[in-house]
Amino acid sequence: MSNSIKVLLETVMDPEIPTISIVDLGIVTSIESPQPGHAIIELTPTFSGCPALRIMEQMVHDKLAESGYTHIEVKTTFNKQWNTNMITEKGLIALKQHGLAPPPKHNGYIELDVLSDTPCPYCNSRNTEMQTPFGPTLCRSMHYCKNCLNAFEAFKPVS
Amino acid sequence: MEFTEKHVEGLKELLYKMADDLLIIGHRNSEWTGLGPMLEEDIAFSSMAQDKVGQSLALFELLHELGESDPDTVAFTRNDHQFHCSQLVELPIGEYDFSMVRHFFFDHAEAIRFEMLADSVFEPLSMVARKFKGEIKYHTMHADIFMQKLAAGGEESFSRMQNSINETFGLALGMFEPGKYEEALIESGIFGGEAELQRRWLDKVLPLLESFGYVVPKVESTEPAFGGRHGIHTPHLQPLLDEMTEVFSIDPGADW
Repeated sequence: MSNSIKVLLETVMDPEIPTISIVDLGIVTSIESPQPGHAIIELTPTFSGCPALRIMEQMVHDKLAESGYTHIEVKTTFNKQWNTNMITEKGLIALKQHGLAPPPKHNGYIELDVLSDTPCPYCNSRNTEMQTPFGPTLCRSMHYCKNCLNAFEAFKPVS
Repeated sequence: MEFTEKHVEGLKELLYKMADDLLIIGHRNSEWTGLGPMLEEDIAFSSMAQDKVGQSLALFELLHELGESDPDTVAFTRNDHQFHCSQLVELPIGEYDFSMVRHFFFDHAEAIRFEMLADSVFEPLSMVARKFKGEIKYHTMHADIFMQKLAAGGEESFSRMQNSINETFGLALGMFEPGKYEEALIESGIFGGEAELQRRWLDKVLPLLESFGYVVPKVESTEPAFGGRHGIHTPHLQPLLDEMTEVFSIDPGADW
C-alpha cells in the first residue's frame, strides 16, 4: 500500500524545479497507510525558509485526494534532516536536465573548494568559478564556466 | 532525566532568545534587498534573511508545542520589552561595513550554538539544530570571504572595517548575556550555556580576524552590551517591530 503511494508521489514535481519529483529530491521521509484509503506522509524541508514547502504539502494532499484517498495527513517535520546526499541518482540527472549542476556527494563536511570546483552542466568542464553561494532560490549557487563562457546555477551541497 | 519546571522555563528562555535573534536579524538583513552594494550581495543578504526568518519560525513552533501562543501571535504582537533578542541584532543596518561585521560575529555565534544544540537532550531542538547547522555553513562562509576581501580592499576599506569591528565587538559580546536558568540548562544537558558558547566563539572569531589582518579587539577592556535578553533594548527595536507588523496591525484577526 505505501508502495503505491510512493508511485503517486513520484509524479508530484518540485514547484521550482519541475524535472524532479519530491521523492527523488529526498524530502519524503515517511509514508504510512495504516488502512485502505488512509495516507500519512511526512516531508522534511530542504531549507527551513523554503517558501515552496506549504505548496508541496498541498500538492501531496491534492494528488492523494484525487487518487481516492479519503483520510490524508501531510506533516512537515525535522525528524529526519534533509541533506543533498538524499537526492536519488535519478534526481541528480533530473537536476542536470533543468540546467542545474547537481550537488556532489559529501561526507558531511562542506568547504569552499567543493563549490569552486563545480562541473559545468552544459559542457562538463571543471574550469569554472563560483560567483556567489546565494542564487535565485535558497538551494542554488551561481557559477561561471570559463570553458563554454556560460553562466550557470548549481544545486548546492548541504550537509 | 525528568525535566522539572526550571528546565522547561530555561528551555523556553533559550528558544525565545534564539527565535527573537533570528527574526530580528532576518528583518534587518532583508533591508538590504534592493540596496546591496552589488547584485550578488543584495541577493546574499536577502537569502540569508529568508533562512533566518524560516529558522525563527521553526523555533516559534517548538515554543508553541511547549504551550506558548502560535508563531504569528508571538512574532507579531509583542512589544520591545517582551523581546529577548540581543541589542546587536536590532540596530539599523547602517553602512555596509557594520552589517558585514555584525553578520560575521552573529553567524559564527549561531553556527557554534547550533553545533552545541545538535547534542541537546531535548530532541525536538537537537533535530532542528542539526538542520540549521547545514544551512548556516553558507552564511559563515559568506561572512569569512567578505571579511577577508574587505581587509585587503585598500586603506579606506580596511579602516572602515576595523572601526566597525572595534565598535561592534561589545555589542557582539552582549549576545552571551547569561539567562536566569544557565545552570539548569547545563546540568540537564539541554544546552552547554552562554559562557561556554562565548569561549568557543572567541576561539573561532579572534584567530580569523587576525588571519585577515585586522587588529584583534580585547575582551578584557570591552564592555558587553547586556540587557537585550531581559527585555532592555535600544530605541531602534520598537520602530522596527512597528514596521514589521504594520500590515498585520491593520486587521489582526484577518484570515490570510
